[in-house]
Amino acid sequence: MRTVWRWLELRLELKDTLRPLLAHPIPRALDGRVGWFYVLGISVLTAFVIQVVSGVALAITYVPSSESAYDSLKFITDSAALGRFIRGVHWFGACAMVLLIVAHVTRVFLMGAYKFPREINWLSGSLLFLATLLMAFTGQTLRWDQDAFWSLVVGAEQAARTPLIGDPLTRLIVGGYAVSGATVSRVFATHVFVVPGAIALLVLLHVYLVVKRGVSEPPRADEPVDRAYMERYEALVKRGLPYFPYAAWRDAAAAAIVLGVVTVLALVVGPPQLGAPPDPSIVVADPRPDWFFIGYFTILALMPKGAEAVLIIGIPAIIMAFLFLLPFARPFGQRHPLRRPLALTAAVVFIGGYTALTFAGYQAYWVPLRLEGALLPASVTGGLSGAPAVGARLFIDRSCWSCHMIDGSGGRRGPDLTHVAARLSEDRLITRIASGGPGMPDYAAILSKDELANLVAFLETRR
Amino acid sequence: MERRRFLSYLTVGLAGVVSSVLALPALGYLIAPLFARASEEFVDVGGVSDFPRGSVKAVKFKDPQPLPWSGRAADTAIWVRRAPAGGAPEFQVFAENCTHLGCPVDWRADSRLFMCPCHGGVFHEDGRVASGPPTQPLFEKQWRVEGERLLVRGPLLPTPRLRQ
Repeated sequence: MRTVWRWLELRLELKDTLRPLLAHPIPRALDGRVGWFYVLGISVLTAFVIQVVSGVALAITYVPSSESAYDSLKFITDSAALGRFIRGVHWFGACAMVLLIVAHVTRVFLMGAYKFPREINWLSGSLLFLATLLMAFTGQTLRWDQDAFWSLVVGAEQAARTPLIGDPLTRLIVGGYAVSGATVSRVFATHVFVVPGAIALLVLLHVYLVVKRGVSEPPRADEPVDRAYMERYEALVKRGLPYFPYAAWRDAAAAAIVLGVVTVLALVVGPPQLGAPPDPSIVVADPRPDWFFIGYFTILALMPKGAEAVLIIGIPAIIMAFLFLLPFARPFGQRHPLRRPLALTAAVVFIGGYTALTFAGYQAYWVPLRLEGALLPASVTGGLSGAPAVGARLFIDRSCWSCHMIDGSGGRRGPDLTHVAARLSEDRLITRIASGGPGMPDYAAILSKDELANLVAFLETRR
Repeated sequence: MERRRFLSYLTVGLAGVVSSVLALPALGYLIAPLFARASEEFVDVGGVSDFPRGSVKAVKFKDPQPLPWSGRAADTAIWVRRAPAGGAPEFQVFAENCTHLGCPVDWRADSRLFMCPCHGGVFHEDGRVASGPPTQPLFEKQWRVEGERLLVRGPLLPTPRLRQ
């Protein structure tokens, strides 16, 4: 064994390269419980490696063509040996990568670790964050079911609303003038070669800098970063510990936990169901993006009318400014989160807000339900005859019920009409229905005079 | 020029040439769709008598020149509305995409409204916005009647600036 090692070492000289890497000094504090905050980076990297391995496995069978992608995924899920498991690993690996990189960015932001002299760490990390989101989006698209198809259309339509370069940008994304045969292979090349390649290079830079600049020490209140920081840090790590094994064991444990959780979830829960096949000629669809983007889906639904042009540039602009200007705007000063109330508030508001938007997105109360042909509850229609009974039928057929709730059933987009007659006079009801409002169609041209009268007669029973 | 400096320039220059020769064709291949032209072709979507007056009907629109491996994505849907007797224009052909962000609008025949399942846009049968986030009427596609056949131009993912 020793002889083999010596033979190799004489030829490879690995000791010279690896020793300084593994033994690079870390602040002594990281050997304590605070060290667990520092395992998020390696956890994201673990998720990335899981994605590469499971992704290569999937690529062996997946067919990146518009004609066959869906069927090949069906085959992987239902027929291929271990296929369901590998898809599950790739899905939960993706979830883990998104969640963990958000946690990592938040940790680095709150601990002020992006400050001097680690600005480039933050910038390379920002690119890695954006690359991860791009992977999440393109990955969902490659599932090539109905949700995937329409997510891509919505993505392309958003790109089209970029000022000046919108249409050419859309053509680049979909590979032509429509989402079609050219699109899947384009997304595939992006998801499998271009972005992962970029991620690998950026990870090299990111890890190089972590070793070269040293990992930031846990922040202490009233110990702001100034120009003398590097000398203080040098002194700190002179009394520090070698990375291996004092911090490495935690990283190894974190990697094992990430892999363990992903594996168990893949076995127990499995991959997400494939939706309907991607047939754009089927007009009855309820497209939804994967959970990462549901919060954004909500923003698109709830933003003020006509604000797309502003928000579609504005939201990315704010995110870009945060990611790429932060270390230049705040290179020095306090690091401790309790000394940076604005930063702490921003993080809480952003994460809390996005979570709330995500929940709202799953409710999607703004979408008119498909209730035509269903029946109102007996508590509403019981005892009705004549005009109100005809009106109750119209209430369903003319899609009123799709948006308005009555007695606990119906859509939730418009106001609940259970007791509408107690609020609105007959005249007000007629005006409201005929001329509509900001969130309601004008029904003047849709309902005949008699129909309107019957409908109002029905609503008059709702006191 | 001293030899050392010359060789340095030569090395860097050659590296640049090699990278460009490698990268430029790949880049050109990537951005080729920028120079493509939208299809001018009109596609037969049915006989005029298939569309009763005053009706709105979904029709499958087949890409006339799909890539051989396009499969189902070569088809899109269009909504064909034929005006009641005496109404003008006789036809309106709408893209299935909501003008808000492109999801497929669904026709509710009884309430005579198009509704979008994503963000809740609603349109009247003539394409006007009825409610919800959209600000523009439904995208209309170019059509013409030749003999007894209705022909529609496409395929195209309509955008605010590229409506047809």
